[in-house]
Amino acid sequence: MTTVIADPEPEAPRKPLRTKVVESNNQLFRASPLNYLVLVLTFFLSVFPLYWMLVMASRTNDEIVQIPPKLIPGSHLGEHVGALFDNPDVMFAKALLNSFIVAGSITLFVVIFSALAGFAFAKLRFRGSNVLIGLVVLTMMVPVQLGAVPLYMMMDWFGIQGTLPTVILPYLASGFGVFLMRQYASQAVPDELIEAARVDGATTIRIFWSVVLPALRPAAAILGLFTFMTYWNDFLWPYVALSPEHPTVQVALSRLSSGYYTDQSLVMAGTFMATLPLLVVIVLFGRQLISGIMDGAVKA
Amino acid sequence: MSDITAPVTPARARSPWRSRLSRWDQKGSPYAFVSPFFILFGIFGAFPLLYTFWVSLHSWPLLGEHTFTGLDNYQKLLQDPQFWNAAKNTLGLFLVSTVPQYVLALWLAVTLNRKIMARTLFRVGVVIPNITSVAAVTLIFSMIFAKGFGLANWIIGWFGLEAVDWTAHTWSSWLAISMMVDWRWTGYNALIFLAAMQAISSELYEAAAIDGATRTRQFWSITLPMLRPTLLFTTITSIIGGVQLFTEPLLFAPGAGAIQGGTLRQFQTLTMYLIENGFTRFEFGYAGAVAWMIFLLVLIISLINILLVRRISGAD
Repeated sequence: MTTVIADPEPEAPRKPLRTKVVESNNQLFRASPLNYLVLVLTFFLSVFPLYWMLVMASRTNDEIVQIPPKLIPGSHLGEHVGALFDNPDVMFAKALLNSFIVAGSITLFVVIFSALAGFAFAKLRFRGSNVLIGLVVLTMMVPVQLGAVPLYMMMDWFGIQGTLPTVILPYLASGFGVFLMRQYASQAVPDELIEAARVDGATTIRIFWSVVLPALRPAAAILGLFTFMTYWNDFLWPYVALSPEHPTVQVALSRLSSGYYTDQSLVMAGTFMATLPLLVVIVLFGRQLISGIMDGAVKA
Repeated sequence: MSDITAPVTPARARSPWRSRLSRWDQKGSPYAFVSPFFILFGIFGAFPLLYTFWVSLHSWPLLGEHTFTGLDNYQKLLQDPQFWNAAKNTLGLFLVSTVPQYVLALWLAVTLNRKIMARTLFRVGVVIPNITSVAAVTLIFSMIFAKGFGLANWIIGWFGLEAVDWTAHTWSSWLAISMMVDWRWTGYNALIFLAAMQAISSELYEAAAIDGATRTRQFWSITLPMLRPTLLFTTITSIIGGVQLFTEPLLFAPGAGAIQGGTLRQFQTLTMYLIENGFTRFEFGYAGAVAWMIFLLVLIISLINILLVRRISGAD
C-alpha cells in the first residue's frame, strides 16, 4: 500500500485505476461512525460487570435487592471490606497472602525454567532437540486437570496434602512458557554474542545468566505477567486440593458465596478485593499485555 | 556446533583438562537446561494422566481395598445417564457459547483493524474481561442473573417479559453461563484474530480491489481463508478449555449441591461430574474413567475439527 501512495507521479491522468485503489484501501481502514458505536458498546459491555461489582460492593444488602436497582455506587464499600477482613471464617487476609505466595512462586520458577529450556532449544544444538521440542508442544495439548485424582493421591504420598505446595508444584512446567522463550531467544540473542562469551571461557550456565537472561527480559516480563494472572485466577485444583485452613483468594470467594446465609455485599466486596490487583496490573501493563497476546498469536 | 567449538581449540592445546570440561559443559548443558521442564512435567503432568488410567481399571474407593476390575468402570460409565447428561451439557454449552463468540470476535477484530482513535484504550478495553478471575466473573454474573433482584430480569421487564428463574431451566442456565464464557473470551479471541489479520499482506486486498471485489467479498475471499490456521489453533484451544468448563457452572448456583450443576443437573459439565465422583463420592476408579473419557472426547473433537478445516481448505 505504501508504494502505491508514495508514488506522486506527474502523469496522473494516465492512472485513474491506481487512484481508485488508494481510495478503496483508505476506505477499508477508516473507521465509520458505526464502527465507533460497536467499539464504544463493546467497551461498555467489557467494563460494566466490573462497575456493577463496585456498585453492589458499596451497597447494603437491603439496597442490593431493591427494584428498580440502584445504578450508582453507594457509600458502604469501606465498611464491607472491613467486615470481610474481620470475618474469621473467611480468612481473607490470609487468602490474599496465600494467592500472592502461590502465584508469585509459580511465576518465578516458570520464568526461570522456561528461559533455561527456551535458550537451550533456540541456541544450543543437541541430539534429540527436535523430538523434545515436539514433546513440549504436545504437553500444551494435555488437559492437565484430568489428572486431579492421581495428583490428589500423590500429594498424600508426599505428605503435603492440603498445603500451598500442592497447588504450586503441578504448575512449574509450562510448555507454553518454553515455547514462548524459544521463539523469543532465537531472534533476540545473537549467536556471535554466545560465541564471544565461549571464547572468553564462559561456561554455558554462565552465558545463560550474564548474556542470555538479560536479553530475554522483555519476553520474561510478558510470560511472568500472564503466569501470575493465570494462577492468581486458578480455581479448580486449589478448590479440590487445599484444606480449609489454607485458602487462596478464589477459594475464599467460593466459600464466601456458598454458605447457608449468603451476605451478598460481603461477596461483592470480596470479588472487588480479589479483582483489584489484576486491575492494577492492566492499568500499569495494559499495552504490554495487548502486544503479548498479539505477538503470541502470530508466532504460535 | 563446529563453529561454536572451533574458537576453543587453542585453549585445548594449552590445557587438555579445561577443554575436556568445556566439552562436557557443551554436551551436557542443553540436557541439563531442558530437564527441569521435562522432569516436572513427567511427575505432575504425564504420570497423573497415565496413572488415572491405571486407577480407572480398579474399584478404588478413598478408604478400603482397591480391586482390579478391568474395564468395568468404562462399561458402567457408558450406561450412566448422568454421564451422558454431563456430556450433552458440555457439548451444548460449548456450541452455544463458541459459535456466537467467534462471530462477535471476528466482527470486533475487523472493526479494530480500521484506523481508529484511542486505539490502545479500545484494545485494553476488550482484554479487561479476560484478566478478571473466573470466580469473580461468575459471582458478579450470578448477581446479575439473580431471580428476584437481578439486573437481567429488571431489563427484560422493560419489554414486558416475565422474570426468569435463570438457574432453574436448561435453556436459561445455558444462556447465562454462555454469556459469562463469552464475556471473558470474545475480546481475547478478537485480539488474536486481529493479529492474524494484520499479518495478511495488503497487496492481496489491493489486487482484489482492482478486480472490483467489495469489502464484504474481500472479507469472505481473503480475510477468512487467510485466518484458517489461526481459527484452527483458537478452536483447538477453545475445545480444550470448553471441555474443562467448571468454575462458571459450579459457582452459578453455589451451595451444598453446587457440584451437581442445578437441581436437575441441567448444567453439570463433564469436569464437574469428574470432580463429583472423585471428591464428593470419593470413587477414584470411576472418576478416573470419566477423566479418560473426557480426554478421548478432546482428541475426537480436535480430530474432527482438523479434518473439517482440511476439507474446507481443500474445497477452494
